[in-house]
Amino acid sequence: MSPDYIASQLFNGLASGAFYALLALGLSVIFGTLRIINFAHGAMYMLGAFATYYGALYLHLPFFAALVVAPLVVAVLGMVFERFALHWLHGSDPVYGLLFTFAATLVVVNVMRILAGPMGSPYSIPDALAGATNLGFTQYPTYKLFVIIVSVVVCAVVWWFIERTLLGARIRAATENPVLVRALGVNTRRLVTFTFGAGVALAALAGVLAAPTTNVYPAMGDDIIIYTFAIVVIGGLGSITGSIVMGFVLGVLQALGTVYYPPISTTLIFVIMVVVIALRPSGLFGRAESSR
Amino acid sequence: MNRRLAWLFIAVGIAALVMPKLIYPIVAIDVLCFGLFAVALDLLFGFAGLLSFGQAMFWGGSAYTAAIFVQNFHTDGAVALAAGTLYATVLAALVGTLVVRRAGIYFAMITLAIAQIEYFAAVQLKDLTGGENGLPMDTRGHFLGMNVSNDTTFYFVVLAIAVIAVWLVVRVVNSPFGTVLSAIRQNEMRAIALGYRVNRFKLATFTMAGALSGLAGALYALGNRLAGLEMIDWHTSGAVVMMAILGGTGTIVGPIIGAGIYQILNYTVSKTAIGQETDLVIGLVFGFCVLAFRQGIAGGVLSIPWRKTST
Repeated sequence: MSPDYIASQLFNGLASGAFYALLALGLSVIFGTLRIINFAHGAMYMLGAFATYYGALYLHLPFFAALVVAPLVVAVLGMVFERFALHWLHGSDPVYGLLFTFAATLVVVNVMRILAGPMGSPYSIPDALAGATNLGFTQYPTYKLFVIIVSVVVCAVVWWFIERTLLGARIRAATENPVLVRALGVNTRRLVTFTFGAGVALAALAGVLAAPTTNVYPAMGDDIIIYTFAIVVIGGLGSITGSIVMGFVLGVLQALGTVYYPPISTTLIFVIMVVVIALRPSGLFGRAESSR
Repeated sequence: MNRRLAWLFIAVGIAALVMPKLIYPIVAIDVLCFGLFAVALDLLFGFAGLLSFGQAMFWGGSAYTAAIFVQNFHTDGAVALAAGTLYATVLAALVGTLVVRRAGIYFAMITLAIAQIEYFAAVQLKDLTGGENGLPMDTRGHFLGMNVSNDTTFYFVVLAIAVIAVWLVVRVVNSPFGTVLSAIRQNEMRAIALGYRVNRFKLATFTMAGALSGLAGALYALGNRLAGLEMIDWHTSGAVVMMAILGGTGTIVGPIIGAGIYQILNYTVSKTAIGQETDLVIGLVFGFCVLAFRQGIAGGVLSIPWRKTST
């Protein structure tokens, strides 16, 4: 195997890691504040892709506009869902949040199956990003490079926002002690809805980026959501840094694993998860307190 | 046992006896198998408080094992059933040692992810599992020497096995073991403080539930003469969770009712304009249940004020 081949596999790994990182980050942001694991995250990813597809079909929305518009549309849907449905589960066992978002997933996916058919439709790569770029050692698809760059930038901005700004500090504080934060005059109710919208927007952004790489179809979130769960468990539930880092790391490991033993590609992440929870149950970046 | 719960058991028993007269016997077999599967989930979620979202790995894995025994080794159906159940039991004991250290949503996510390992393994081991096509059986074979090629005959074989299995589960949850389980569910810290080795109780329950899921899955495969990938798919793990909760967890009989309602709902909706996408309606019903009707049907019956129910 030539070093060039391995290097391009490395980039393929970063490209799939780009999707994992965005999805895992959104899941962690939501978990941090709502203490809910959003099973519908895969469905939101799928809706992001469909918003892009329908935007282009009916409104001639260009891809670069969809990168902003589609996540906003899905975020609004998500906030409505949080405000009028998920909110009622506040205070009950987080397991019911998982079950409720699971039910929502079934509804959304099957509505899309009725509207769009199960097979889905192709969405082409925008002209500006078509073709390949010379990386020095190899020609590499420009679009995949674009995906990696967008994901790295967005993850960095979200990380900075949560760890370094006042609103981010409030979100973190509301996670630790919502009662006290409310007593200090912060509207935690609105904060929760906003955070859910933001987390869902990240999933939708991943969906927009995925639209040109696969067919846009209703079940597209079905597999990737389980990988995302495994990644979040490996990184440590609720750890923002863990989600981003492990998203990229596992994308790369998966791609390199495929080089040496192709059948492992679909299961490697789950096998790593098993090893991690056997050795370090709270995840690589998790704190022991988040073990429940 | 609660008297009203006993009446529910009797009602379900009568329904089980007449069911093959009312619907296709093969569908009746499906209802029984899913009922048993949902009871396994109840044992975990309703009694030990552990929500498994990967239970299809035992149901589907056992189905494949049984299908391989009947189709490739031409064994008796009972041997295939035992082999499938053994596979599920061993797998559950292994997976259990890993997962019982976690609880809540963590437990659900981990079981879900581990089940995907078996799913993708089954996709890739085409020679053994038939890949996308699944593993059809030419014949059901004999069962303990009996000819069970007739669906109604096999239904009553399944019913006999299901009655014994459910009776065993009822015995378990009403034993001192079951009492410790409910102590753990209600206050794990206190159970630990009282000196119970909580994880051992959870592991034992997880293994039993795995065995029961495997038993149900192998019976389902024998009934349909097919083991398929969708039996390991996470949608199946989700479906059995929905059946158990719709029917009412913590009651054993409720999940059996839930499995029946689920099949009826599935069938009825598929005849409407919605067609194949029955999960749309099931998702709506289940979502409502999670929001406002968590005790499920059996729980609802048990909580109706006493006087109103007596006639």
